[in-house]
Amino acid sequence: MPEHLKTFEHKKRNWVGKPLKRKEDLRLLTGRGTFMDDIRLPDMKHAATLRSPYPHAWIKGINVSEALNFPGVRGILTGEDVAKMSNPFPVGVPVPPKYYCCAIDKVRFVGEPVAVVVADDRYVAEDALDLITVDYEPLPVVMDIEEAMSPEAPVLHDNIGSNIYSHRFFQYGDMDKAYKEADLVVKGKFHFPKYGSTPIETYGVIASYNPFSEEFVIYNNYQGPFVNHSLVAIALGIPENKMRWIVPTDIGGGFGTKTGLYPSIALIALAAKKTGMTVKWIEDRREHLLASATGTDRVTYMEAAVKKDGTILGLKDKAIDNTGGYIRAPEPGCAYRSTGNHTGGYQIRNLDREVLVVGTNKCLTAPNRGYTCQELYFSLERMIDLVASELGMDTAEIRFKNFIQPDQFPYTTATGGIYDAGDYQKVFQMALDKIDYKKMREEQRKAREQGRLMGIGFSTVVDPSVTNIAYVTLALTPEERAKGHPKSGSGEAVIIKMDPLGKVHVIACTNPQGQGHDTVISQIVADELGVHPDDVTVSNVVDTHDRVYSITTGSYSSRFSSVVTTAVVTAARRLTEKMLKIAAHLLEANVKELEIQEGKICVKGSPDKSMQMRHVAGTAHWNQAALPEGMDAGLYETCLYTMPTSQPPDELDRVNSSNTYGFMAEAIVVEVDPETGEVKILKWASVHDAGTILNPALLEGQVMGSCAHGLGGSLYEEWAYDENGQCITASFQDYLVPTAMEVPKIDIGHVEIPSPITALGSKGAGESSCMSVPACIGNAIADALAPLGVTISELPLSPNKIWHLIQKAKKKR
Amino acid sequence: MKPSAFEYFTASTVAEAISLLERYEDEAKIIAGGQSLVPMMNFRVAQPEVLIDINGIKELDYIRQEDDEIVIGALTRERDVELSPLVQEKCPILAEAISLIGHASIRTRGTIGGSLVHADPAAEIPVAIYGLDAKMKVVGPSGERTLEPEEFFLSYLTTSLEPSEILVEVRIPVLPQKTGWSFVELTRRRGDFYIVAVASILFMGKGGVCKEARICLGGVGPTSIRAEEAEEILAGQVITDALIEKAGQKAAEAADPESDYHASAEYRRDMTRVFVQRGLAEARNRAKGG
Repeated sequence: MPEHLKTFEHKKRNWVGKPLKRKEDLRLLTGRGTFMDDIRLPDMKHAATLRSPYPHAWIKGINVSEALNFPGVRGILTGEDVAKMSNPFPVGVPVPPKYYCCAIDKVRFVGEPVAVVVADDRYVAEDALDLITVDYEPLPVVMDIEEAMSPEAPVLHDNIGSNIYSHRFFQYGDMDKAYKEADLVVKGKFHFPKYGSTPIETYGVIASYNPFSEEFVIYNNYQGPFVNHSLVAIALGIPENKMRWIVPTDIGGGFGTKTGLYPSIALIALAAKKTGMTVKWIEDRREHLLASATGTDRVTYMEAAVKKDGTILGLKDKAIDNTGGYIRAPEPGCAYRSTGNHTGGYQIRNLDREVLVVGTNKCLTAPNRGYTCQELYFSLERMIDLVASELGMDTAEIRFKNFIQPDQFPYTTATGGIYDAGDYQKVFQMALDKIDYKKMREEQRKAREQGRLMGIGFSTVVDPSVTNIAYVTLALTPEERAKGHPKSGSGEAVIIKMDPLGKVHVIACTNPQGQGHDTVISQIVADELGVHPDDVTVSNVVDTHDRVYSITTGSYSSRFSSVVTTAVVTAARRLTEKMLKIAAHLLEANVKELEIQEGKICVKGSPDKSMQMRHVAGTAHWNQAALPEGMDAGLYETCLYTMPTSQPPDELDRVNSSNTYGFMAEAIVVEVDPETGEVKILKWASVHDAGTILNPALLEGQVMGSCAHGLGGSLYEEWAYDENGQCITASFQDYLVPTAMEVPKIDIGHVEIPSPITALGSKGAGESSCMSVPACIGNAIADALAPLGVTISELPLSPNKIWHLIQKAKKKR
Repeated sequence: MKPSAFEYFTASTVAEAISLLERYEDEAKIIAGGQSLVPMMNFRVAQPEVLIDINGIKELDYIRQEDDEIVIGALTRERDVELSPLVQEKCPILAEAISLIGHASIRTRGTIGGSLVHADPAAEIPVAIYGLDAKMKVVGPSGERTLEPEEFFLSYLTTSLEPSEILVEVRIPVLPQKTGWSFVELTRRRGDFYIVAVASILFMGKGGVCKEARICLGGVGPTSIRAEEAEEILAGQVITDALIEKAGQKAAEAADPESDYHASAEYRRDMTRVFVQRGLAEARNRAKGG
């Protein structure tokens, strides 16, 4: 571990680690949450968005006159207004496309906003959409990732001149040497699908503009990071302090999808400014499934240079991401976010990477739970199995062979990731034990004799948490970076205060989306201050005018359990320190002699010399003259904690792209119906190291959710388009999210290897299995179909797709 | 996803509904459970100018036996049919088919008549109705008529109902005891519209011989269809594995499926074979009392 890194001592705790029920449950379960659509402001009008039916077309003209005359319509915003009133969004690529919040003269995907109608209600607004006529001149489309790079492909953005938004080469270690030393080179090509998160609550915005103060007030359900507050201010051409964002108490799910909300915030803000109205827009499900945000689909070519004994000497890969009709921040993060953990849990020191981010006529992207780690691990973990298969080696054995060893932590990867703590062998072994691996292989042998297709799959992957915003600058070369302003950080702000009667209130800005943050904050503060969790209240919404927050604030990249908890602990300790100073002054003792016991501050060894903590609080507020000289009155402490491991990339493009690194092992046993191609999951073990467990009940929920999400990407979910560019999964009838009926029993296990760099030893867990499950199910199905000569290189594996793979293999034989 | 404007009427008798239909004809749509119509209106795929709500016509909500027929009022909720002891005993294949529609909350609202007049080629009830040779009773200004499935269903989302007619009743012949039956389907997820559905009914004679077989296919054409050539293979025979295999192949030949995102035409055709074979095996088992 680099010397400058702060490490924390972890002590035994009373409340942290207990499965406390969520404080949030009562209001949520009784329908008393406050979500976007619950907010109703005086004189509020309603917006509906006209969206392009074409994937690629010039807009030759728009006629809104009939719609404007429709009773109840208050105004219409078109691309012409947007071009006059705003700027394109900045994005970190060498030649940015001109991405406005609305199409100006060209549409580039089905569902792209073309105009906004503001009316007395949403019904009237939608009626008026039908009265707008747009003269489109359709253009040829490009839908395939690799075709997008062809010189013959239709070009989406003339100012770029090709469909390539970002392109870089990276070299870590010495791949040439790895090739020379290798006994064989195994090659694979993998295609990961475009899919999303489809939170229950869709996007929502309410915007108003005050022409006198020239200030926007915008309610929205943005999940963070608040770097995009700056981007919207730039797009609107206003100073940041003239735009106030307020996020409601409750958000109905985010999963990264809601980081794609910010262009809609700008759009509705402009509609409010143009019409002079307070404008509300709630995205409907069709809009969501056409035009919100998905993760990127990716084509990966990968080669592994390996020794006969299974040692992987090096990897060479070329990954092509697709951000759709435009590229918007935080992309091209898709290509760079997993840099530090690119070699997963293995000791692979040599790596050549080529990275491309391209555009096609598809919906735009945003981080999707796991943010491209599912793409990365689908290729890496499938590759491990391909290598094992080439060598005739057991798929568990090859993983053990290449794992980083427990005594190597903290471990710096070839790409600059600093893995804080782990014991990968222990996690994987638990997963193997849970499925009774040896017995399963025996059953598989018997099944194969009967012609049944049974398969066993693993994936053993590193779970990175707490994004270091520095990674985005990898889109620039070291020389280009040296000329610009470096970026780094992962900060989160917390304020803690004790009121005059001795109760505690915490102000955080994590915008929880159902994770139970308020409960965990109460548990942590209860431990730190020696109070009961019920004595702690939490206010946890962002208001950019009223709250202390950081540019990286928000709930994304599983930040809460690492960085927010550390901020809470640090602020609470500052508060304790101040209280001890006050008590020492009042008790005429030395701070070092004091201890906190059951709500009292006592002098060690002198039980009669003590004070109730609430009396200390009372003094701080009510008798300010009694405080030590020079001390501020009151009891408030703030901490804006950033992980010291969040450093900018070095000149060799190495970067610690995240800050804490958990680990997980999936083990899944499947049986494929040889006639129908249906997949039945027989056994599923999911074992996690998320460091210290803060609240086991909440962790269980996160793991279940992430497993279900991973299952969705493996077998069901895909943002699918036909060859003409029409999205064919624009309702929940066709976009298939697994339900309780599709999710089998999952045997969840935990290994706790505390992180030395977080206050409580916790690492992230919110995204977890959605990174590992697609690879694992892919491996299990590949193993099941191996006797037929079928290989698996793409997802989702619908029965139809598996049936076609089987038929194709049969024809070959 | 808000519907366009419409006028809304409630009818509390069949006569009232018919007079409203006469007044508005093609402009009007009847709404019962609304489980298909309301989403279609929200997507503005359907934009009726007039909605006639028949949920108040209590006279259309019943399940009873009349001689050798189970008679079900058009407004009877799917969930009530599914859970009816009479249907479960005398016409279990219908209860089974309905149990596969969506989820319980959908079936609690959706009606048997609504599903039939909607005529979705991926709906369960029409497949069972074809297999059962049920009759649909419709009433219009000029009186009532009774239609066979082949007369009632014309095509994708299209029936032979006149604009001022309303479906009031379904009459289903009671299945003799020891009839073998099965209703099997292939779906992506539990409750989804199926890729292929097969209703099989084996009327048994003496000595384990199948007197008559009915095989009805859903999802492989604009309406459900009877796989008649496959049925002929089984009629008058003791049903063997070999016959079942042959019948499946024949049924697949009768299928005329289309490709969509979830299933190619080839896949649907082959799944017709697989599900006919599996369905027949299950039906044969039941006939044996298994």
